[in-house]
Amino acid sequence: MLSGAEMVVRALQDEGVEYIFGYPGGAVLHIYDALFQQDTVNHILVRHEQAATHAADGYARSTGKPGVVLVTSGPGATNAITGIATAFMDSIPMVVLSGQVRSDWIGDDAFQETDMVGLSRPIVKHSFMVRDPRQIPDMIKKAFYIASTGRPGPVLVDIPKDHTAPHNTFPYEYPKKVKMRSYAPVTRGHSGQIRKAVDELLKAKRPVIYAGGGVIQGEASEALTALARKLNFPVTNTLMGLGAYPGTDEQFLGMLGMHGTYEANMAMHNADVILAAGARLDDRVTNNTKKFCPGAKIVHIDIDPASISKNVAAHIPIVGPVGQVLDEMLAMLDEQGSVGTDTKSLERWWQEIAGWREVHGLRFETNEQGPMKPQQVVQALYKATKGDAYITSDVGQHQMFAAQYYLYDRPRRWINSGGLGTMGFGLPAAMGVQFAHPDAVVACVTGEGSIQMNIQELSTCLQYGLPIKIININNQALGMVRQWQDMQYGGRHSQSYMESLPDFVKLAESYGHVGMMVEKIEDLDSAMEEAFALKDRLVFMDIYVDPTEHVYPMHIADGSMRDMWLSKTERT
Amino acid sequence: MRRIISILMENEPGALSRVVGLFSQRGYNIETLTVAPTEDETLSRLTMTTTGDEKKIEQITKHLNKLIEVVKLVDLTEGAHIEREIMLMKVKATGAQRAEVKRTVDIFRGQIVDVTATVYTVQLTGTTDKLEAFIAAIGETQVLEVVRSGVSGISRGEKVLSL
Ligand SMILES: Cc1ncc(C[n+]2csc(CCOP(=O)(O)OP(=O)(O)O)c2C)c(N)n1
Ligand SMILES: [Mg+2]
Repeated sequence: MLSGAEMVVRALQDEGVEYIFGYPGGAVLHIYDALFQQDTVNHILVRHEQAATHAADGYARSTGKPGVVLVTSGPGATNAITGIATAFMDSIPMVVLSGQVRSDWIGDDAFQETDMVGLSRPIVKHSFMVRDPRQIPDMIKKAFYIASTGRPGPVLVDIPKDHTAPHNTFPYEYPKKVKMRSYAPVTRGHSGQIRKAVDELLKAKRPVIYAGGGVIQGEASEALTALARKLNFPVTNTLMGLGAYPGTDEQFLGMLGMHGTYEANMAMHNADVILAAGARLDDRVTNNTKKFCPGAKIVHIDIDPASISKNVAAHIPIVGPVGQVLDEMLAMLDEQGSVGTDTKSLERWWQEIAGWREVHGLRFETNEQGPMKPQQVVQALYKATKGDAYITSDVGQHQMFAAQYYLYDRPRRWINSGGLGTMGFGLPAAMGVQFAHPDAVVACVTGEGSIQMNIQELSTCLQYGLPIKIININNQALGMVRQWQDMQYGGRHSQSYMESLPDFVKLAESYGHVGMMVEKIEDLDSAMEEAFALKDRLVFMDIYVDPTEHVYPMHIADGSMRDMWLSKTERT
Repeated sequence: MRRIISILMENEPGALSRVVGLFSQRGYNIETLTVAPTEDETLSRLTMTTTGDEKKIEQITKHLNKLIEVVKLVDLTEGAHIEREIMLMKVKATGAQRAEVKRTVDIFRGQIVDVTATVYTVQLTGTTDKLEAFIAAIGETQVLEVVRSGVSGISRGEKVLSL
């Protein structure tokens, strides 16, 4: 016989949960008491509930397992909203348990009451409100199941305090299976459609594989890589898909989209067949959809039927798990013996691509006397970590540089908020990653704007001894905002620069960590080495860079994929 | 394009708000909405009319289908179907108007369900077009109050929407 609170904890144990990220408060005190009396589920105490959601999110992105969050009612729950929305936009599996006021007070504007189910409704995959403690095991089981199957996403379970009361106990049984007549995610793509797609791919003269975050979520990187190699097709990844195909591979064109490489965007624009795998053709990729890839037939694989033909019509839609669909494509190719692509045309296509590569879209000017460039910082980071770190990032120019200049060879190594673009994501996400991979090198690439949105987590990092390396690319500006103001608002820098920055070195030190300041390019490599040699310490590297630098290439607003600025003065 | 979408969903608290929320969140419009439990008390049946081009309707049905509580969904306008709406209306009925209103009600096969010295309360069932034609025939100046149920619909023939 267990109380509701004990059932919550037992269900988490039965679900195999290692870590939950949370913050206590009145409505969840019974649950916290039950947590105290066991030691299989480790509770990580953050310093702000937003950080709990991002940490759970980082845990989920780096492992594929759902991240778990526990917050109290009212302000605890509302603080979690940004992190839930962040996970929702990037389809990250997450289970959020929120406390609620006692059930007979709901609706009376009780102390710390918020309608969390209502507030979170547009940013969750699903939500539950516990109406009877006996529902707890079943609801938690369903929450994990829904969060992690089909197109993953956050699921909320709102738990009124009285339903966790210690004196009310009930028999407990954790369901072995989930039965839901109204939820049946697709498990296979339609073979007829897959056949059609393969035929189209084999006929292609100028193909591109465009792979997104779905390939990572769907554990389909191997299948994708095998298919691309078998067909000898060029591959581009979205911001969310980096690492789905190895970044150092010859067939890789780099990221595509708003800040994609010249060659990736040119190849897309000129393609005759595009295989969009686990990508959703969103506005940061397509530019103006009316001008998007005019000559291309689009084969679109996605587990979510609503993603298909939402922004751009697909010629061959395939609804299914991207891994299974790619595997079936590979099997079809194997069956027919010789692959049978149009190798002559492909050769010509690769030559054309080689020409675009020579344009060197990813270039920047350095100046011996002047300040260091942000791109150099990411290059130095790549060198110092031998390309083998988990990199989380915040949002802004530094994020784009980290996407462009760090080459991700494996999935789940690049962890950023792509869909929502949440400043403040980087540090707490890095915590989640470090918990999941205690021996791995984890670095958070951030900016002096973003880091201040969840800087309090330095305290959490001290408590749990997380040796994260914070790479603060300090351009003394909200750089991405400033760039848009330079380009579209006549250089009027309305509220985009940061006055009165803290002394980040002292700040890090006061939180018990190591702080380092780097101002000269000559010191960069050695400073990085020094920082990464401190294996069991958090190091905050405050690196001053050129505040006037822009991210290029950059799509020219409202144009096609091939319309790009390549520098402040050159455009296509 | 006007569409009638009929949904079977779990009869659970919060399910309706998800459907309605989806429409406002994604900028779709709901013209009418009716909802009530079915013979199976675990299910409710919801009928809504909406408008949009092919692409929008496709997105609407896909997103509705994604809602966990939606068990089954059909776009009735894709096939032969029957649609009905019920209207209750208070009409000024004095002097010569009384006979005139009565005649119009008869023509439209409505019923007068309540009477006072100056007012008729009329009940009328039919398609949306028919109800609108009736309002036009009575004349706006005569109408005191109108309440409409919103459209309910069912497909013709042997097709059924059930589990
Ligand atoms: C929470 C939040 N608020 C505002 C924005 C809008 N925004 C996008 S990038 C950016 C500037 C970020 O500055 P910083 O972290 O210093 O990065 P930089 O661009 O300078 O590298 C802002 C304000 C956002 N993405 N997230
Ligand atoms: Mg900055």
